[in-house]
Formats: sequence, C-alpha cells, structure tokens
Amino acid sequence: MSIFVDSNTKVIYQGLTGSQGRYYGLLNRDYGTQVVGGTNPKKAGEDVDGIPIFANCAEAVEATGATASCIFIPAPGVYSAVMDAAAGGIKFIVCITEGVPAHDEATFYNELKAQHPDVQLLGPNCPGIISPGQCNIGITAGHIAKAGGPVGIVSRSGTLTYQALYELQQKDIGVTTCVGIGGDPVPGTSFIDCLAAFEADPETQAVMMIGEIGGSAEEEAADFIKNHMTKPVSSYIAGVTAPPGKKMGHAGAIVSGGKGTADAKMEALRDAGVKVGLNPTEAGELMAEIVSSL
Amino acid sequence: MPVSDGEVAFTVQEAVDAAERLGTPVMVKAQVHTGGRGKAGGVKFAATVEDVQEHATNILGLDINGHIVQRLWIEKASDISEEYYASFTLDRSAKQHLGMLSAEGGVEIETVAAENPDAISKIHVNPAVGLTREAAQAWVDGANLNPVAVEGAVDVVMKLYDSYVQGDADLVEINPLILTPDNRVHVLDAKVTLDSNSVFRHEDYTEFDETQPRDEREEAAHAKGLQYVGLEGSVGVIANGAGLAMSTVDVVNQVGGKPANFLDIGGGANADVMAGALEVINNDPEVKSIFINIFGGITRGEEVANGIIEALNRVDIDAPIIIRLDGTNADEGREILQPALNEKLMMEPTMLDAARKAVELAKGAEA
Repeated sequence: MSIFVDSNTKVIYQGLTGSQGRYYGLLNRDYGTQVVGGTNPKKAGEDVDGIPIFANCAEAVEATGATASCIFIPAPGVYSAVMDAAAGGIKFIVCITEGVPAHDEATFYNELKAQHPDVQLLGPNCPGIISPGQCNIGITAGHIAKAGGPVGIVSRSGTLTYQALYELQQKDIGVTTCVGIGGDPVPGTSFIDCLAAFEADPETQAVMMIGEIGGSAEEEAADFIKNHMTKPVSSYIAGVTAPPGKKMGHAGAIVSGGKGTADAKMEALRDAGVKVGLNPTEAGELMAEIVSSL
Repeated sequence: MPVSDGEVAFTVQEAVDAAERLGTPVMVKAQVHTGGRGKAGGVKFAATVEDVQEHATNILGLDINGHIVQRLWIEKASDISEEYYASFTLDRSAKQHLGMLSAEGGVEIETVAAENPDAISKIHVNPAVGLTREAAQAWVDGANLNPVAVEGAVDVVMKLYDSYVQGDADLVEINPLILTPDNRVHVLDAKVTLDSNSVFRHEDYTEFDETQPRDEREEAAHAKGLQYVGLEGSVGVIANGAGLAMSTVDVVNQVGGKPANFLDIGGGANADVMAGALEVINNDPEVKSIFINIFGGITRGEEVANGIIEALNRVDIDAPIIIRLDGTNADEGREILQPALNEKLMMEPTMLDAARKAVELAKGAEA
C-alpha cells in the first residue's frame, strides 16, 4: 500500500514538451510510472518519445483516464496550469515549479478548495512524490528509495528528503510513500494531510517528518500527532542556527518577528512524543530504532 | 492614499533645498531597509531650515541596525491628534490574507500584540474573493478608532488592500496612520516588503532590489545568481539544496564551529556553478576552511566529482577544502576525487565527520 499514488496512477505531464518536463517525464516513465500524456496547446497531436500531447488536461483525461498531473510549467503559467488540471478532471496535481508568487499560491489554493474540493494539490516548489517500486512523479532519484515500507516520509525540503530516503535504504529500511510538500509559504498539501493519510495506511507503521524554519506548519503537525496519531514519528528540523529575517533559500524558510524558529518547532514535536534528531543522520538512526522495535 | 508632500535627498544641500521648496516645518527621515528608525535618531522634526541642515548632517551616514543612511526623505510636518496602525500580510496558517488595524499606532505592532492583543482588530480576506467594502467597514468598526476617523480609515484600508494585491507584496504596513486636528485621516509612514517571485510581472522591482543593502560577499553571490546568506564565522559552506545547506550550517555549529555563510548551489552542482560558489567563498577573508556538502540525486556522483575538479582547476583557493559526497554513485565520484586529494583537498565519509574536520582546520588556522 501507499498514499496518494500507486502503480495504477496514470499521470499527465503539463509542460512535457519543455526541456525539464521532457527530462523528468521520461525518467519517471523509465522508473515505471504510467506517463500517459502531456499537454501543450500549441503542440496537440504531436508526441514526446511516443507519449501523446493534448491541448489541455480535459482532453488528456478524456483520452487516457489519467487522475494525476505533474506541472513543469514556468512560474508565470502555474496558476492557469493548476486551474486547467482541476477543471479537466485531474484529482492529484503535483507542481514542481519554483518561484511562484505567494499571492498566486494563496489564490489557487482557495479557488481549488471552493470549486474543486476533491482535488489535492502537492507543491508548488516541491520535489514531488514517490511510492517506491510503484510510481515516481517529480524529480526524486527513484533508485535511492527502497520499496515496501514500513516507513512513510513527509518533508519540506528536497535534498533532505533524498538524504532521508538514502539513509533508510542504507539501513535496508523500505518506504511506502515519500511526499515532498515543498518549501513555499502556501503548500497545497500540508504535513497534516500526509500524516493523516499515513495513519490510515495499513502498510505504513512509522513516519519520518522533515521540517524547517518558517511558519507554524510543524507546530500544527505536532498538535495533530499528539491528538490523532497512534504510529510513531521521528523528525528533523533544519535551520536551528539560521539568522532571523533572512530567507534561507526557500521562500518560506524565514524566521520573522521571533516566530518560526527551529527550537520552538522541535519543542512542540518533542512534547507530542516525537523523537527529534539534531541532524539528518541522527533522525535516520532514530527511525531505525523505531523500526527495529515495531 | 492621502500622504504628505515630500522629496528625496542624498546630501545635506539637497535636504535644505527640499525644505525651502516645501516650506518649514518639515520632518527629516532616514530611508533605510529596517525598522526602529525613530529610536535610533533617524527621524527628526525641523522647525527651520537651519534645523534641517543640522539634522540632515547628523542622520546622513548614521548606522541604524547595521544599515548606513544614504538617503533622506524630507516631508511637510503634520499635526497629529491620534495615531493608528494598518497592515496586510499573508497568514500562512490560515492560507488567507490577514488585515490588522489598531487604535494604538506609532509603536511596533509586535509590542501591541504582546501587551494588549485586544487592541488589534483582525480580518481574514479570502484571496479568491477579495475585500468587500462591507467587510472592511465591519473590520474598521471593530478597531475602536475615533468615530470621525472611520470613513477615512475605510477608504485607506480598501486602497491598502488593492496596493497589497496589485503589488504582490508580502507586507504593506501603515504606521502611523494619523487623524489630524481637522479630522483628516492621513498616511504618515509606511513599510512595504515585495515578493521577489513576482518580478516577472513587475519589471521595476529589479530596480528596487538593487537598493537592498548587501555586504560585498552577498553582492558578489547575488551577481552570480547564487542563494547566499552571509554569516559571521570562519567555515565556508557550499551545499546543494536549501534544506541541506541549512542543515550543513547547523551541523557546523553543532560540532563547535562557526559557519561563514549559507550557500545553496541547487540540484545540478555542475562545474560552472561550483566554480562561482568557490570564488565567492574564497573572497571572504574570514574563511579558514571550506566544507562542500553534496548529495547526488538525479545528478550522479561522478558528474559532481568532475565538476569539483574542473572548478578547482579554474579557481585558486586559499583555504583547505573538505568534501562530503554521498548519494547516487557516490563511490564512483569518490574514486574520481581520490587522486586529487592532498593537504588542501580532503574527503570525509559523513556529514558529521566532514563538519568536524572543517571546524578543526578553521580553528587551527585561527590559532
């Protein structure tokens, strides 16, 4: 089992004809993902290495039965791409693009909620999602993840997600699904969405959560873990020593007005019974201990 | 929005000329990218042109929280009956815009929030819907402003919301919003933070960005398009990915060292980017050792290793370099690096080992 995507998930790549879209779309297909189409209004009827291109998501869904999409459209076009996917019948939208204005994110988040409440958006500015051995949507290197569980991963950072997958693989620990929710101020999918899905997934027996400075998503997740989760969680928070008022690479990674510090987040997580590592390696070791005692 | 007449001045003479054109009394205000100007002596009342000369002389060159004043704003002084506060920002938890209005203006809103939170009237605005006049009216009614200020305040917050949305701002803040003795609502000072991701639809923002105070290192990194934040320590940090770079800075601190910077070179880690990053770090005189922390994902270890070697051939580096290379084809990458290793180029198997080595070398060089 897995959450959100599995071997049956059919995916449309919005922007498959661009260099990034083509590169990762074909890599994802090589991994085994069902890449059934792409969209580009100017190139409808053509194909990318045998993958048919449609004018929009509605036509792509009609022809292929796809339920998921992956967006590799430059930032100015992301708002339209998200709404095109939702209007076209896509139920799970993964947006890899970084550099999307925060106002656009807040707007399409709320429009989706009002007009398409059954649609789940992942990202923007995220590495995507992988259910190892079944489906890889996005830019994660599939071979660094061991399939099968019992661990689920949710993370705000790309490279730290890869690091976590790799450390677990080195310890011969499998992963059900690894979700990168991204480092922007308004992520479509939250830690809590993923924690709730992992709690409900019978194959997932423990969860690793990787957060970073900025906002209060980790504190809200800690509250959820305390009150609604029975499965053990280990965590790591990046940016303990980040200076206040500076964006640390990610648009959302900023300590402002004394809010959003790593210390406050770690404290909230510890209070919720989460095992918190002080660096990625330690978080991996803590997860190995959890897994060995399952 | 109703604002005071004023002019920008870069020199004392320009300030005096501006005051003569505007007519005294005027305010002499430091223009810097930071708060707390008043407390630091950066905002002064000038009754006469002689006062303007004196204040401009004192304020130009003044250091306010590390920002040197190079620009003044000279504006006609206003009579004030009451001071209010109004702002819009994005509430990340609620995923909606948040408006805050308070009858206690003129001080920092964080102070009001801590000491008297009930004095702040809040409104959440759904970005997909926008701010209606009815909602704005109810919000202003809840703020307990002087009744004669209400209509003017509603006008101002409606316009403030428009400018916040049309300008793709992270924050728009009016502080103080004043009521004058003749019952006008007037904007006396404001702070705006713009979203750098929105530059594609606001080309003029690039110009604003150039006025950002950056130290020499940050300027050089910015010119190369690198994600760099200057810190105070002696261990230069290069990592691929924002999370890993933050984590690297943390680990250097954890093992007792002080990082000189945060630097994210992105996923690819090719020779060009690596060479640029090394140049920026090498130009920092405080750097005594350099920690390169790369995790290969899609980019394979051998590509990363070749990139590092090529970059080192192009740039002469003074400080010793410690590399930690892990992830996809890490073994192949390490094999490529092996013959190049010497007392200036070292490799460690884990992030913690590499951090310890980098800190030890930096401390040795300082001693």
